[in-house]
Amino acid sequence: MNSENAPIIVKNLDYWFGEGEAKKQALFDINLDIHTGSLTALMGPSGSGKTTLLTLMACLRTLQCGSVRLLGNELFAMTEQQQVIIRRKLGFIFQAHNLHESLSALENVLMGLQVHGGGDPQKQKKAARHVLSILGLSERIDYLPMNLSGGQKQRVAIARALVANPQVIFADEPTAALDKDSGRQVVEIIKKLGTQRRTTTLMVTHDNRILDLADRIITMEDGAIVSDEKT
Amino acid sequence: MLKLLSNLLGRTPIGWLQLSHNRTRMLAAIFGVAFANVLVFVQLGIIGAFNTSIKMTYKPFIADIIISSSNANTFSDGSSISRRYMYQSLSNPDIEAAAAVYVGLLSWNMPNGKAASMQVYGIPPESMAFIESSLRESMARITLQNTLLIDSKTRGLDKQTLSTLLDSNKSIEMNNIALTLAGTVVIGSGFGADGTLFVSDQTFLRLFPKQEGGTPSHILLKTKSNNNSADMLSSIVNNLRVSLGNDDIQVHSIDERINDDVTYQMTKRPVGVIFGFGVFIGVLVGVVIVYQVLSTDVADHLKEYATFKSMGYENRFFYSVITEQAVLLGCIGFIPGSLLAMLIYALMTMATGLPVSMEWSRMFIVLFGTIIACMISGFIATRRLKSADPAELF
Repeated sequence: MNSENAPIIVKNLDYWFGEGEAKKQALFDINLDIHTGSLTALMGPSGSGKTTLLTLMACLRTLQCGSVRLLGNELFAMTEQQQVIIRRKLGFIFQAHNLHESLSALENVLMGLQVHGGGDPQKQKKAARHVLSILGLSERIDYLPMNLSGGQKQRVAIARALVANPQVIFADEPTAALDKDSGRQVVEIIKKLGTQRRTTTLMVTHDNRILDLADRIITMEDGAIVSDEKT
Repeated sequence: MLKLLSNLLGRTPIGWLQLSHNRTRMLAAIFGVAFANVLVFVQLGIIGAFNTSIKMTYKPFIADIIISSSNANTFSDGSSISRRYMYQSLSNPDIEAAAAVYVGLLSWNMPNGKAASMQVYGIPPESMAFIESSLRESMARITLQNTLLIDSKTRGLDKQTLSTLLDSNKSIEMNNIALTLAGTVVIGSGFGADGTLFVSDQTFLRLFPKQEGGTPSHILLKTKSNNNSADMLSSIVNNLRVSLGNDDIQVHSIDERINDDVTYQMTKRPVGVIFGFGVFIGVLVGVVIVYQVLSTDVADHLKEYATFKSMGYENRFFYSVITEQAVLLGCIGFIPGSLLAMLIYALMTMATGLPVSMEWSRMFIVLFGTIIACMISGFIATRRLKSADPAELF
């Protein structure tokens, strides 16, 4: 694949936290391309900079130096409004599910569609129910998060991230709160849907048990990429 | 409710779902709004009663124009004025009739042992045309000297005492004068006095020996019946001001005088200012309570809001959610607040005899004000949204 068409292209990316004497560099000259439809695992010890890199690529932090092209858009010097528009093309799965406690599973998933505005509410509900059923939650659509298990909550969060057919999914330790089987099941679902829909997934993980599902494993240490392997 | 809100907002009513999810917090917020509503309603009720009681002092009289002393800010205060202004006014071709009214205040020790401050109106018996029609029949009974009519709603005057006074034909002593009760009228107690007495001008002068017959408190004028348009009345008032031409008196149409009296008492007298300030405090309490509830709610949902931000929701979405909550709290809290206020009004009327009553216009204004105050609280609470940083979720 031509790297110019890659959904994520990172060039010469540096990043610092703090100011003055407390200023500390977190990323050092990062360069990488993430290809369409791939499932990439980003690994490394705590403090290695992988989450910082993820948030920069996901348009959640402002770039200080270097370049990130996300879905053809340069993120450097992007306005807040432009960031909002581009985020709507992305899906986010967090370590904590971050479901809205007062919304049912269906309503939480609908939030992933309503962000685009307009749309037929009935069609939106149909789409949300469909994604939930793919994730094995058709019997739980009206349940509040407090009445769902950890694995079910994470699957609702995945459904919320996938329902609007995002072009790129950013996942942060999506299996951290799950047991071995549930964790694997969640990543398998992400991979399957990614393959079907050509969705690119970038996943920060410490979980070695799911690495065989990744197409590519990037390892970071001390703010730099130390290995980049295709599986 | 959910469907109605969904249709109204065109989205999932997160604000309502969030509020109703935490019932304890919602009840506390509703109680807070209701409490603020009660505070405002009570203050407005007292202001309303104050207004009504000011207007009540003019209610027994029918006149188009009133001449008072220049230092008379209300119907009950000010110096006496010369009766010659009455005769001078009658020489005006537009004036049909004139009457001198005497106003005084005396203390009455009621037979039941209570003391009451009584507003006394002295009217010449020949001027009954200046008395409101429903009172006129009773007024005919005070033509005899040393007779009086008493307000049956006088504060502290119980029914039994009143009926004993009426049945026994016993004389009542006021200011060392023995008076005969000739009947009752229905006026109501106010802030300045506990009740009202009507006597003839001659009886008045006996009750208040320092008051001279030639110097009434006010002069009431009636214009000829074909001169009752507002413009004509204004023109007659202006003509009288010029023709009477004295800095010691003021000439007003009766409506103008009532408005001036209300404005004076509401803005210059401490009681009006204090109650006005009370309304402000009530609103402030409401704003603070709703702000506290909403800002705690925002703080508790920062992660969810940050998640929504990461998904591409704009700030205006969060503002709309918080506004939705604020408006709902305002509307729901208003219901118990207004019901409780009505109960308090009834208790206040029973306890004080003041005309404290609920009006539709007041309910509408308070509801509107509550919603605005809640929206202001919500707007302030949205400042906490700045802390919802999606990058911190990772």
